[in-house]
Amino acid sequence: MPEAASLIAADAVGTDSEAACGVVYVYEAPVRFWHWINALAILVLGVTGYFIGRGIPTMPGEASANFLFGYIRFAHFAAGYILTVGFLLRIYWAFVGKPHAAQIFYVPVWRKSWWSEVWQEILWYAFVVKRPKKYVGHNPLAQLVMFVMYTLITVFMIVTGFALYSQGEGSDSWQHKLFGWVFAIWPDSQDVRTWHHLGLWVIVVFAIIHIYSSIREDIASRQTIVSTMISGERIFRDDQRD
Amino acid sequence: MGADIETFYDVIRRQGVTRRSFVKFCSLTATSLGLGSMGASTIAHALETKPRVPVIWLHGLECTCCSESFIRSAHPLVKDVVLSMISLDYDDTIMAAAGHQAEAILAETKAKYKGRYILAVEGNPPLNEDGMYCIVGGQPFVEKLKWMAADAAAIIAWGTCASWGCVQAARPNPTRATPIDGVIKDKPIIKVPGCPPIAEVMTAVVTYVITFGHLPELDRQGRPKMFYSQRIHDKCYRRAHFDAGQFVEAWDDEGARKGYCLYKMGCRGPTTYNACSTVRWNNGVSYPIQSGHPCIGCAEDNFWDKGPFYSRLTNIKQFGIEKNADTVGMAAAGVVGAAVVAHAAVTAAKRVARGRNGNGSSNDKQTG
Ligand code: HEM
Ligand code: SF4
Repeated sequence: MPEAASLIAADAVGTDSEAACGVVYVYEAPVRFWHWINALAILVLGVTGYFIGRGIPTMPGEASANFLFGYIRFAHFAAGYILTVGFLLRIYWAFVGKPHAAQIFYVPVWRKSWWSEVWQEILWYAFVVKRPKKYVGHNPLAQLVMFVMYTLITVFMIVTGFALYSQGEGSDSWQHKLFGWVFAIWPDSQDVRTWHHLGLWVIVVFAIIHIYSSIREDIASRQTIVSTMISGERIFRDDQRD
Repeated sequence: MGADIETFYDVIRRQGVTRRSFVKFCSLTATSLGLGSMGASTIAHALETKPRVPVIWLHGLECTCCSESFIRSAHPLVKDVVLSMISLDYDDTIMAAAGHQAEAILAETKAKYKGRYILAVEGNPPLNEDGMYCIVGGQPFVEKLKWMAADAAAIIAWGTCASWGCVQAARPNPTRATPIDGVIKDKPIIKVPGCPPIAEVMTAVVTYVITFGHLPELDRQGRPKMFYSQRIHDKCYRRAHFDAGQFVEAWDDEGARKGYCLYKMGCRGPTTYNACSTVRWNNGVSYPIQSGHPCIGCAEDNFWDKGPFYSRLTNIKQFGIEKNADTVGMAAAGVVGAAVVAHAAVTAAKRVARGRNGNGSSNDKQTG
């Protein structure tokens, strides 16, 4: 077991393939649990956020007999808190979990081999390369896309979301103390709302790419992808070095 | 009170305001400032004992709606008192003096009250062509502003022009109209935005400043917290309809008649900081939303370029004329979605062409 751990570590910091055979336990339970809770929170945030942006069809009856828009906003804020707390715990896990748990939080731009493997992956997606490389964690292209379109955007959504939330909580609230600086960048909060709204669509685009490539890789690559986020185990289909 | 120092109280009494009215004025102002039970006597004491602070009121690129609002202060007493305080000095729109006589007052005040007068600015200076787009008294306004600001104790930036730029600064801003804090960097500036600001807010701010000789507490954007710390939306009487999900969908629909929330008609109440929904306008009679029109956010930076006013989502200029976050986002999602479908089709076709084990591996450990 110790040597397996060190091999996985090597994979996460660049060299790969050595550990990439047989069955490797890569996503620990907290990572998997977080992934699905987070996916659910984003789904709720996306749908409720869309309706917050557009408004809903008018409800019949007395105002006092309805609270639908209030509930939609409440669901948005509740899911926002879940997303945020989950994200913070996930950052914690990046430090204490397996090295692969840290992959979505950085891109090793300083490493030349990483760039050439990004290029390899692009060629694989362009149908030029016929045989993909094996990875215990994320492939470099996936890592890049996740970092930019998931990690950075999530930080952006949390920051702008809590800044907007602080408007309702008032200028004495901790939300305002922590995130009020956003309004120094965009003095008019309508801008913050426009950017927060655009973030929704970045996440939608990410979700399309993410779901498609997970399924495609699961079918066409040399390792499991989708079931790995359920069982935690990456199963390699061949034992070849490369 | 020594004969040599003139106080506000002296001036007000000389103008014929009675002691009784003066005390009433102090209580009214203390109330609107939210100063608490001792506020009135604090104000009275300050006005009776402190030397009078002169106020110079300059006009740059503007429409004078701030002045129009100001002279319509709800309580005639407030208006009379404050106007008699201010018109003593310089306000080229409402002062008695004119021409060289008027301009002479500026130089005189600047010299005599160096570092002690308040400079209130309505409008802003255009900077293009050395400021030639706004000439006052034969001089570009920007120069006059800098000259008078140099010896002022503090500056009040009236309205959205002075605070943010307003419509004359709308894209592409041909005259380069610039808010006061874009030109004056070394003086305390209080922004009182709104197009125009609410009369009661203006009189309260000016009274606070000349009474206490310093600016009230400001928020991050430089606005007085007492009037700009809540949004229109936070105190809007239609808020119940917002939470219920009852919206006006067209100007003449049932919802409009019933006074539903104007969110879907583009109401900027949720993003606009001002006191309209509490203080209201014209003696507390109404405010835009109460008369059935959505708030256009006139107290906010750049509101003039955040069209369309009657649509919830703002247009994004970078993507052409009629694009908002949803149209841009849906287009992007559509393109990516189509690309994914095409990519999947090619992948499937290639796999079919190459057979089941076509991924190039030797598949000695086939799973599934
Ligand atoms: C995946 C993450 C998120 C997505 C996709 C999302 C989406 C949206 C959208 C589309 C809007 C409407 C914006 C507009 O057009 O005005 C919105 C509003 C808002 N969001 Fe989010 N959001 C996310 C995360 C968050 C988080 C973490 C918070 C923090 C609690 C938050 C708080 C808010 C608030 C306060 C508003 C304004 C609602 C109102 O005042 O009525 N959002 N969100
Ligand atoms: S009318 Fe405007 S300010 Fe009033 S509740 Fe609706 S959105 Fe908010």
